[in-house]
Formats: sequence, structure tokens, C-alpha cells
Amino acid sequence: MLASYILFFLLFLVFPLGTLIMKSVQDQKGNFVGLKNYLLYLQEPALFQSFFNSLFIAIASTIIVVLLAFSFAYALTRTCIPFKGFFRVIALIPLLSPSILAAIALVYWFGNKGILKALLFGNSIYGPIGIIFASVYWTFPHALMILSTSLSLSDSRLYEAAEVLKTSRLRAFLTITIPGARYGIISTSFVIFTLVFTDFGVPKVIGGNYNMLATDIYKEVVGMQNFQMGAVISLVLLLPSLIAFFIDQYSRKKQISLLTSRSVVFKPKKSFAVDSLMLSYCAFITLIILLMIGMAQFGALVKYWPYDLSFTLKHYQFEVAGLGWESFYNSIRLAFYTAIFGTVIIFVGSYIVEKLRSDERLRGILQLFTLMPMSVPGLVLGLAYIFYFNAEDNPINFIYATMTILVINTIVHFYTVSHLTGVTALKQMDKEFESVSLSLKIPLYKMFWKVTLPVCLPTIFDISIYLFVNAMTTVSGVIFLYTYNTTLASVSAIHLDEQGDVAAAAAMAMLIVYVSVLVRIIHTVFTKGVLRRTQAWRQNSLTVVEEVRKA
Amino acid sequence: MSEKSIPTFLSVEKLSKNFGSFEAIQDISIEIEEGEFACFLGPSGCGKTTLLRCIAGLEKQSSGSITQKEIEISMLPPSARDFGIVFQSYALFPNLTVFSNISYGLINHKWGKDKITSRVNELLDLVGLKSHMAKYPGQLSGGEQQRVALARALATSPGLLLLDEPLSALDAKVRVYLRKQIKDLHRKLGITTIMVTHDQEEAQSMADRIFVMKDGKIIQSGSPKEIYEKANSSFIADFIGITNFIDAMVLKKNKVACNAFEVNCDTEDLNLGHPVRLAIRPESIKINHTVSDVENCVGAVIMENEFLGPFLRIYVESTSLSNELLMIDVASNSFTEMDLTPGTQIHIALPPDQIRVYLRD
Repeated sequence: MLASYILFFLLFLVFPLGTLIMKSVQDQKGNFVGLKNYLLYLQEPALFQSFFNSLFIAIASTIIVVLLAFSFAYALTRTCIPFKGFFRVIALIPLLSPSILAAIALVYWFGNKGILKALLFGNSIYGPIGIIFASVYWTFPHALMILSTSLSLSDSRLYEAAEVLKTSRLRAFLTITIPGARYGIISTSFVIFTLVFTDFGVPKVIGGNYNMLATDIYKEVVGMQNFQMGAVISLVLLLPSLIAFFIDQYSRKKQISLLTSRSVVFKPKKSFAVDSLMLSYCAFITLIILLMIGMAQFGALVKYWPYDLSFTLKHYQFEVAGLGWESFYNSIRLAFYTAIFGTVIIFVGSYIVEKLRSDERLRGILQLFTLMPMSVPGLVLGLAYIFYFNAEDNPINFIYATMTILVINTIVHFYTVSHLTGVTALKQMDKEFESVSLSLKIPLYKMFWKVTLPVCLPTIFDISIYLFVNAMTTVSGVIFLYTYNTTLASVSAIHLDEQGDVAAAAAMAMLIVYVSVLVRIIHTVFTKGVLRRTQAWRQNSLTVVEEVRKA
Repeated sequence: MSEKSIPTFLSVEKLSKNFGSFEAIQDISIEIEEGEFACFLGPSGCGKTTLLRCIAGLEKQSSGSITQKEIEISMLPPSARDFGIVFQSYALFPNLTVFSNISYGLINHKWGKDKITSRVNELLDLVGLKSHMAKYPGQLSGGEQQRVALARALATSPGLLLLDEPLSALDAKVRVYLRKQIKDLHRKLGITTIMVTHDQEEAQSMADRIFVMKDGKIIQSGSPKEIYEKANSSFIADFIGITNFIDAMVLKKNKVACNAFEVNCDTEDLNLGHPVRLAIRPESIKINHTVSDVENCVGAVIMENEFLGPFLRIYVESTSLSNELLMIDVASNSFTEMDLTPGTQIHIALPPDQIRVYLRD
């Protein structure tokens, strides 16, 4: 079992990346040229400039997102504002759309024919302003999720201790809240940095002449067929992600649990000043999110922006060959396969890593492999797949240009988060279940089927929905791998935009949103139904609040 | 009970606290004297922590008032009251060193740097943690963390010290050691102290006065000795220490009937025919090998015995007295002369003044 997983990662992650590195030190004919390509890269000021552009955009976006999301998460977890559920749901909307949706919405708001163009005071939305704005929009929920988790883990006794010691609210915030959320903030920063640094969709749509690494790779590979330079830039793109990844891992290890079994969960107190400030802030942020997605929808429905605002469905007819409804159906197929096969592969994998006694060294290797995909940008993985699977002498060359390679690529691309979700759920189960079942002479697969699987069902659903939505919205992983028969909705949206049909691009992006929302709703209903039947063993244990009251 | 010469330090009047429809504490009135070590004792859910948190101002009472040093404090926020508190979880700031934890409150008081350093050093001496001042809470044992929490609570020299189950997270040996340390500290500083605990042994060994609580009410208060010897309900007799219960019926004044034996005891003013429950501590029952003419002497058979260090606990069956086995504690230095192996026939005597009689419902 373990060995087949190692083989899986070798075939679909390690070997392709190895081939990519090889390409970067070869010339067009495949002869070894050492670091010549890298020297060429350094001598090309335009390419080199892209690196700093990417760095600047990523850092600026990270700072803005962390500040905005921290305040939002603080409002949701530490204040008594009303409508928290509503704010949370709205704030997570950007997760359900491809990143380009934000860019398209910005074009409608601030583009050459945008209605709020005047607000830019002569600056163009096509460039750093637009890229940062759109990046902040689509990465906001990612930051919000991590930060609200780390802000919600808090011991209310610490605040009481501070209060009885006559501490001001500000000092309590600086000495308890911030240090408590420190690792969450660090982690968020690295995640957001990597997301923005490696994103392809946003700069493609709204970057204008502002070059970034991700768009450079695309230009080199698709535009100029310069695969060697594409490989070099890919590795340049990979480097900061890798560094961010390792720093994040290191800081996670240093993290100590601030919560003990005796901690009492924090319950916010009413404060008119803070609550009303935070309420207006949350309302403002959700309004912007709604305006963004609302504009994308509006743009997809009006006849001819901004001259003829009567409604029509003609933009949903997609008259460009290969970029129409068939790509939408392909996306659904991809998402469906990825969710089904991905969930099985990943959950069984996390079970093997977490629960089975096996060779420690092989287990260590597999663990490393499961973490690797997180640090590999989709664009890099996609390019690596071209080099590896397109090679004539590769025995599994036959999967090239099929739906299969797209599914595998997407599973590997989103492996790490799903895997860690599975591991976390499995860690909560008693270590000795396996020993007990062995001592009772019950084969492990039976025990897996009868106990592990039912207990972890909520987690398994979570993994499958994560994979589904990401497969629907991803661009960077698949942009190099689709063919005429396997075009995808997110990619079509980009090409429609490229051809100047922004309304159709908006319509296509909105189709993805509809499906994601629909699937989310089905998932919620289904999960509730199944949970009622399989989770009856979870006794109605007292909530923490009730515990406090009893004491 | 309270001597009039010592002024009342804290008085709680008709205090109630509801959480929705749940009444955590109901109509509680108590007075605590200056310098006293008081203890709220009761099973979990009895409202003792809620009462403490109301005194601290961390919960707001639904009705009633609290007065500290003749100033009404019921409506003041915690920061305007004068007390220090140690939580069950200690609530030490994990990201601050021992030194910074202890000085945390002093900084809020805008003390000078030198003054803070010398005060913290004084406190570190007091709790014996001088060598640990640069460490983080995570690097300390439970007992050490507890002492840091104590030092932090005492740093600003509050007039009242509140302890919320301060020892319950520790293992038995450390607990006994810290019991003595806290008691010594109390004696040395003379600070009025209120402790909440569910551990009757802890309350008995530390408190000057115990308030026993049940279902949000105080059902008895008094010195540890009074509570132990004169428990006013079978609930307290059972909760405090170990007790034998014998079901009986009042026959006449100062005489009750058990299964097949009549016991002399103080029936106070209970009516004839009333079902009662007799309670007698295991160490109060006397044993003899032969019949003697002492009061309430009855035959019994030893069924089992347990060696518990300083004493031996024997379980005897005496069907004429009770259907349950009775426990008798015999001091270790006296049982060597007696044959106490299981199966031995003995006689046991229940001294009438050691028997408490409770109504049975």
C-alpha cells in the first residue's frame, strides 16, 4: 500500500519536477548546456523585472489581506456584532469563483468603460492596482479561515486575569490577542504570499502591460514555444514558494498549544463602540464582495455594456468554437472525477500515513511527498507534466491530452490541504483502535470500513467538496494541459476575455459560481442527512458555555 | 458564631444569579471576617464558582448586593474592585516569562521599574521560584505554575484573595504540599482568602470556616470541626468524610429501632414512628471481643479488612443492625492485640453521643 503511494508521487510529482529541472539546463535540441539558460534569464531585464513585480504585488497584497482579514476575523470571533453567520457566508463567496472573476468585475467597475473609472484619478486599473485589488478579493477568504480559527482558540480566563489586574483593552489586545494569533498571522502571510505570487488568472486578465512571473511563463511557453526559458522561470517562481513553505513549517513546529483542557472558551462582551465600529466594517467588506460578484453577474446579463443595459442571455451562448458549453461540461466532469477519485486516494493515503505500522523511513518519505504539492505552484506542476508525459519514450505517454491527466494533475495540485484535513481527523481517533482490532483478529480493512470511515465521514465530505470546488475554479494547474477536446470553463473564461468578449467571460465565470454554490448547498443538506444517521454516537455533550454555567 | 470584635470584611446579601432559567445561586447571604480563610465547598454544579465569580465581578448577580469593607461593590467592574484571583487553569500568559507574568498587574499600576523589580523579587522569594523567573509557563510543572499564578494575584497586595479550585489540577503529593504553602502564606500575610473547592479534605485542612453548598444554596457553615462532627444533614455527613448510614425508626424519645436492635441516641424532637437515618463515623464505633455492658453493644462478624496505613478499616456484618456492611476504623497501633481476621465474631458498640440522627424521606 505504502509503496504504491510512493510510486504515485514519484510518477506524478517527483519525476515531472525532475524533468522540469532537466529542461532548464538543456538547449532546444536537448543538449546539456549547464546554467546558460539561467544566465540568459538574468541578462533579460524585462524578465528580471517581472520577478520584482511579482514580489511587490505579492507582498503588498499579503499585507492588505492580512490586515483586512484579521479585522474581519476579529469582528466575527471577538465581538458581539449581529449577522455573524451572514457575514461569514458572504466573505467566503470568493472561494466559489475562479480568481479571474474578480478581475473581470474590476474591468466593469474601473475599466476603460467602467462606471467608477474616475475614482482612479487617471490611473489605469490594468496594472498593479487592478492586480492587487483582485488578488486581495480572491485570497480574502483563505486568510479569513486561518485567522478566524486562530482567533477563536482563546482562553477566556486569560482575559479575565488581565481584567482583574486592571489591564486596558489595548494592552490586553497587544499582550494576549496578538501573541495568541501570532502563528496564525505568520501562516496566513505565507499562504497568501504564495497564492498571489503564483497566481496566473488575475494578472492575465487585468495585468495589462505589467509583467509578472506567472504570465511570463505562459508567454514563453504558449506564445514563443520557448520551453527552456519557461522551465527556468518556473523554477524562479518555485523558489520563493519553497522558502515560504519551509519557514511556515518551521514556525508551525514552534507553535505551542495555548489551550489546555482546563481553558474556558472566550465569550465576547458587548461594547457599543467596538461593536458598532466592527459592524460597519464588516458591512463595508461584504458590500464590496457583493458589488464585485454582482457586477460580474450584471455584466454577463446586459446586452452591450455600458451602452445598452437591457438584459439578455446571449452571452451564455458562447459562439466561439471550443470555448462554449462543452468546456463547462468538461469542467463538471473534471470536478466530479477529482472529487470521487481524489477523496478515495487522499483519505486512504492519510490513513496509511497516520495509522498503519510501516517502515518508518518509507513513511517519512511519503509524508514529505504529501506536503510537497502545497509548495509547487499549479503553473509549474502543469509545465512539468507537459515535459514529462509528452515525452515519446514515457510508457504512460498515452494519458497525455486526456481527461485523466487533468484529473491526476488536479488531485496532486490540491493534495496537501486535503491530506492534512484527513490526518487531523484521524489523529482524533484513539491510537489503539488498530491494535484492538488486530487483537480481536478483525482484519484492518473491516475495521476501516466499520469504524474509521463512518467516524470520519464529515471530514471525507469536506475533502470531496474542497476538491470539487477547486477543480471547478482552478486555472493555473490546467492551463498547459487541456486540449481541444478537454477545454475547461475557467480556461475558456480567460480565452474569451483574451478575445475581447468580456461579457462571455463573465458569463462563463458565473457558470462556475452557480455550480459551486449548488454543490455547496447539496453538500450541506447531504452532510446533515448522513450525519444524522452515522453520527448518532456523538452524544449531545455539553457545550463549553453550559459547562461554565454548571461550575 | 462570629465574634463581634472582628470586623466584617466582606458581606454578601441575598445574592442570586440566574443563567436563563437556571438558578446558579439562590438568595445567598454570608459574612466573612477580616483575615479569615473561608472555603466554599460543594459538589460540581452547586454554584460555588459562580458565587466566587460574582464576588470578583466576573459575573453580574441577578439580585442582591456585595459589600467589601463597608463599600458596596456589587455594581463595580472587576478592575475597580480590590482582590487578586487564581484560576483553576492558572491562566498564565503563555508568551510571557514568569517575571513578566508577575509584574503584569504592576505595570498597569504605573509603578517604577526598580519598584517593580524589587516587588517581583520579593514575591518570587515568597513562593520560592527565584531561579525560574526567566522561564515561560510552559517550562514549569503544574505546581510551579500554580505558585506563579499565586504570586501574580498577590503582586499588588490586594485586600482579598480568591482561589478557584487552585489545587485540583495537581497530583496528590504536590497538592498536599501546596495546601500547606498556601496556608502558611495566608498566616504570614493575614490576607482575607476565599477558596472554592469540591475536595472536602482540602477544605477541612485549610479553611477557618467552611460554607457547604448544594444546588445554589448554602446548607451549612461552620468550622471544619463543627461541620465534621455536627453535620446538619445526611448529605453533608456523606459528603464530608466517610460515614456509616443505618436506617431506623423512632420508637420513643431517644430510642430508635433498627432491623432487630434498639439503639439509644439523641432523637431531639423527632416524632414517634418517623423514619430516620443514623450516621456514625467509622472511627467512632468501638469493638470488643466479648459482650460488655456499654450502651448499644451488638454482635457482628468481620467480613473483610483493608489496611490503609495509619489505620485498618474493617467491614463487619451485623444483620440485626443493618443490611449493609458497616465500616470501622481501628488505629494501626491498637489492632495488633486483636484478632481481626475475616470470619471472627466480635461485638461492636455505637456510643450514643457519636450518633447523628437525620430525617429520612
